[in-house]
Amino acid sequence: MNRQAARGAAIAPPDPHATGHWRNQRVSAIALVPLGIWFLYALLMLPTLDYATVTAWIAEPLQALLLLLFAWCVLWHSALGVQVVVEDYVGGRLYAPTARLLQIAHWAAALAVAYSIWVIAVGGA
Amino acid sequence: MHRFLKVPYLSSHDRPLSPHLQVFRLVFVMVLSGMHRISGLALSAGSLLLIGWLVAAARGPEAYATATRYFSSVPVRLVLAAALIAFWYHLFAGLRHMAWDAGLGFDKAVARKSGLTVVVLAALASIMTLALAWRFLVAPS
Repeated sequence: MNRQAARGAAIAPPDPHATGHWRNQRVSAIALVPLGIWFLYALLMLPTLDYATVTAWIAEPLQALLLLLFAWCVLWHSALGVQVVVEDYVGGRLYAPTARLLQIAHWAAALAVAYSIWVIAVGGA
Repeated sequence: MHRFLKVPYLSSHDRPLSPHLQVFRLVFVMVLSGMHRISGLALSAGSLLLIGWLVAAARGPEAYATATRYFSSVPVRLVLAAALIAFWYHLFAGLRHMAWDAGLGFDKAVARKSGLTVVVLAALASIMTLALAWRFLVAPS
């Protein structure tokens, strides 16, 4: 590596996704402040948590949309946070499979949540 | 630097390493920093309960009844109460982190004070929402 390239490598991080990760973590965090407070408020204001009440609540279009946004932001933020923890504490050969597995688990959860809300709000299945 | 270290660190190693957790004396702001990560991980695990709850609701009344029995068991109720506290702590501590991202509050005295504020706000919000959640957590239908 010549001097020019070495200087470039020192300035630019080798991981092109690193700044994206940092920004996404903040974007999802900011979204979760109102969404998280909304979710707690909506949940705790329900008269009961029985099947009929909960499904009627999720069947309202705006509530379904907010719930989907909340759950997706939770999983997005969780995936980013867990990734950093794995980078810090899981080393060697275990790192790549652990990171990949947790990423897949978050994607699976995001799909399960979307499918569930769709079934409750729109029906079908 | 030395007054923060429990052991003379650099002298015991051939090469300079970044001092890791165990060589530092535990101070208030460090505990808060660790708690942010721990509460975040706890909430990641807790999100499984949210997913399970939604999936059960989508599968129908019988699956939901099974989930309700599980959710009203004492251990899960305790987990939910803990998740509520973790939620508020992580939210307020996260806002403090974003203030730091904006370059605000790095002064040592300010960092201590903002940390204390986070703990107090999280405690107040937790008490208020636990009171609201009481009927679900302690006397569920």
